[in-house]
Amino acid sequence: MTKTDALFLWLDERLGIKSLAEMAQKKEVPRHRHSIWYYFGGMTLFLFAVQVVTGILLLLYYRPSSEGAFESVQFIITEVQFGWLIRSVHSWSANLLIAALFIHMFSVYFMSAYRAPREITWVSGVLLLFICIAFGFSGYLLPWNKLAFFATKVGTEITGVIPLVGPPMLRFLRGSDEVTGATLTRFFGFHVAVLPAAATVLIFIHVLLVQMHGMSVPPGIDAAKLKKMKFVPNFALRDLIGWILAVGVLAALAAIFPWELGEKADAFASAPAGIKPEWYFLFMFQTLKYIPAKVLSIDGEILGILGFGLGGLFWILVPFINKTPGHGTRKWVFNIIGIFIVLFIVVMTIVGYLA
Amino acid sequence: MVITPNRNIEKHMNRQRPLAVTLAKRRRAITILGVVSIAAAAYFFTFSGRSLAQETSSCVVCHSSLADGRLSEPVKAFEHDIHRSKGLSCNDCHGGNPAKNDKAGAKDRMWGYIGKPTAQQLPAFCGKCHSDASLMKNFNPTLRVDQAQEYFTSEHGRRLKAGDQNVATCVSCHGVHGIRAPDDPLSWVYPLNVAETCGKCHGDAQRMSGYGIAHDQYDKYKSSVHANALYEKHDLSAPTCNDCHGNHGALPPGVTAVANVCGQCHTRQAELFQKGPHKEPFDKLRRGDCLKCHSNHDVMPPTDQMAGVGQGSVCTSCHNNDAGFAVAKRIGKGLEDLNAKVDDANDILGRAERAGMEVSRPKFELHDSVGALTQARVLTHTSSADEVEKALVPAMEVATKSYDAGESAFSELSYRRKGLALSLVFILFLALLVYLKIRQIEREPEPVES
Repeated sequence: MTKTDALFLWLDERLGIKSLAEMAQKKEVPRHRHSIWYYFGGMTLFLFAVQVVTGILLLLYYRPSSEGAFESVQFIITEVQFGWLIRSVHSWSANLLIAALFIHMFSVYFMSAYRAPREITWVSGVLLLFICIAFGFSGYLLPWNKLAFFATKVGTEITGVIPLVGPPMLRFLRGSDEVTGATLTRFFGFHVAVLPAAATVLIFIHVLLVQMHGMSVPPGIDAAKLKKMKFVPNFALRDLIGWILAVGVLAALAAIFPWELGEKADAFASAPAGIKPEWYFLFMFQTLKYIPAKVLSIDGEILGILGFGLGGLFWILVPFINKTPGHGTRKWVFNIIGIFIVLFIVVMTIVGYLA
Repeated sequence: MVITPNRNIEKHMNRQRPLAVTLAKRRRAITILGVVSIAAAAYFFTFSGRSLAQETSSCVVCHSSLADGRLSEPVKAFEHDIHRSKGLSCNDCHGGNPAKNDKAGAKDRMWGYIGKPTAQQLPAFCGKCHSDASLMKNFNPTLRVDQAQEYFTSEHGRRLKAGDQNVATCVSCHGVHGIRAPDDPLSWVYPLNVAETCGKCHGDAQRMSGYGIAHDQYDKYKSSVHANALYEKHDLSAPTCNDCHGNHGALPPGVTAVANVCGQCHTRQAELFQKGPHKEPFDKLRRGDCLKCHSNHDVMPPTDQMAGVGQGSVCTSCHNNDAGFAVAKRIGKGLEDLNAKVDDANDILGRAERAGMEVSRPKFELHDSVGALTQARVLTHTSSADEVEKALVPAMEVATKSYDAGESAFSELSYRRKGLALSLVFILFLALLVYLKIRQIEREPEPVES
């Protein structure tokens, strides 16, 4: 018995890793014309891991206060060895993560992979989307620059218009009536403690459920006749190529387009002209602009937020509304709804950028 | 124990009056109140809601209906006059009895009728109220009351006293009947209108020829740095004619007083010049301090070349191959070098920033150099190269540091790009290896069939 075998045996006795290895060996991935979309889940997970690693490194120097936040980020990108790389990769990876998450989610939607018994997998995935968006929103403020300051001001103001719960929610988010150092500290807390904890639990559930139920085969494809590939090593190695290339893309983006720091936030300065939120909020921001101030004596903004709220709820409940996705008119209705949502997001985002 | 009567009760008892007296007093009070109310109502009826034409003043009634424009125009113009808004009417300045409907009665000299005052009478005519401190307090407690007194210290006033009827008097600058407050943008003496108001006479070649003075001041002023600040940048604090010459006491500043005039705003420059080596010879040569280098009405934006010995130098108009020339050369070179370094640093930092590098700190530090450059420019008024260099040398160090930070940013950028290229080669190689591994695995055993 070699030393490696002895170590394996020692670990197996204590952790039961042999059964895990056997399970991994048995796991198979169906091969069909839509298999490419399976890689986006793994890509999202990889980019999340990049966020965790780079985030921890940034934590070594970051100071969460209105007096020190901007200066500490400035220090990271100018003085700390490869600090610029870590900070830029963290920012770029956050954006690529949201993009990969959207692709993964819509591919699951259009392949009806949310159907029974994968409803909980879908719900946990949508909740993870909300958490990642919250990560983006809270992280955006942390460098405490002018753009982030005013974007947060506008973003939290939108929360405040919700009837009844809006004003206390606004104060809860801001830590005061205005965006101040208290907001920054609070957002930092959400960003590095609350959200990671929630995300860890949800990712664990999500990945566990994927392992339990295996990869879903889209309706209309006969799973029985499909070729399959082993998850380990065939699929995992393919995933690895994607991840290696993602590292290359992140490195290139960080070196060629370093993430800007901008000017330090100043509560007394006037808001920069043409202020816009991050691209993944832009479609909502633009839609709110188009809603008239009053619709049937109801405040347009409230109506818009209510609309998006109901939209989010519908999105979570899709597997429970569309129980037989593979058949008849229902399939087409949900496909059209999905296409409409994608087109709406794409068009509104483009209009938002051009406006 | 002796009981003393309560004094207050006693006093009160003494105040008791018979009922008839009390009622008579009440009636009188009611009558006074009624009269005051009617008078107040009449006042508001007359002055708040009605135009002059509707007034019962016979001056207004007659003059507004006269066909001769010279006589009817004042009524219209007075509608917007500040004096009208303060409740004054024609007779308050011109005298007469506006209650009389006949000409003789209305223009009764017994009622103080003056009519149209002559130029000679005007300062006293306006000064009747404007020199009366207690009266003016009722209208504007902050308004000065020495205008008439000051006017007679001006060239205009002196000449008027000597019998010259052509000189400017109150109405020449403030207008007649349509007089507005100086802070009213339509006023002739509003900062943006002052130069034009003065230019009406001082730009008139024929009018000025009698006095032997130039008539191009207005044109020159319009091309000056001061006019640019006033008209283009809308800086109402920028100097116009009255800021240097005074207003009511308008006078050309004496040769030795020029630095004091310019020094009202350019305090530090004037102070340094007064202590510098040029003050005495300029006074002796009657060069007019600041004017020698900067001119007067057409003051141009100062340039660094003015302090050197090259093109645009003002020093070389007096100094040629002497000690002064050497000082000017040193100052000019110092300013030129720092200017060039600041420009270079700005340029390189701007390029580095556009390339995505974080250079906000050196950019911020460079502000110190720009500030020191301004300080050095002010110090040129000492005419001492040593003094100017006290500001230039440390500023040069900061500018050089900022420039070097820009250069480092570019070397860092180049290092990053090289690093990226190398990393990408490694990353692609790694991906290729994994790909080859997949191929190797999949070539040997067939994929698991379902």
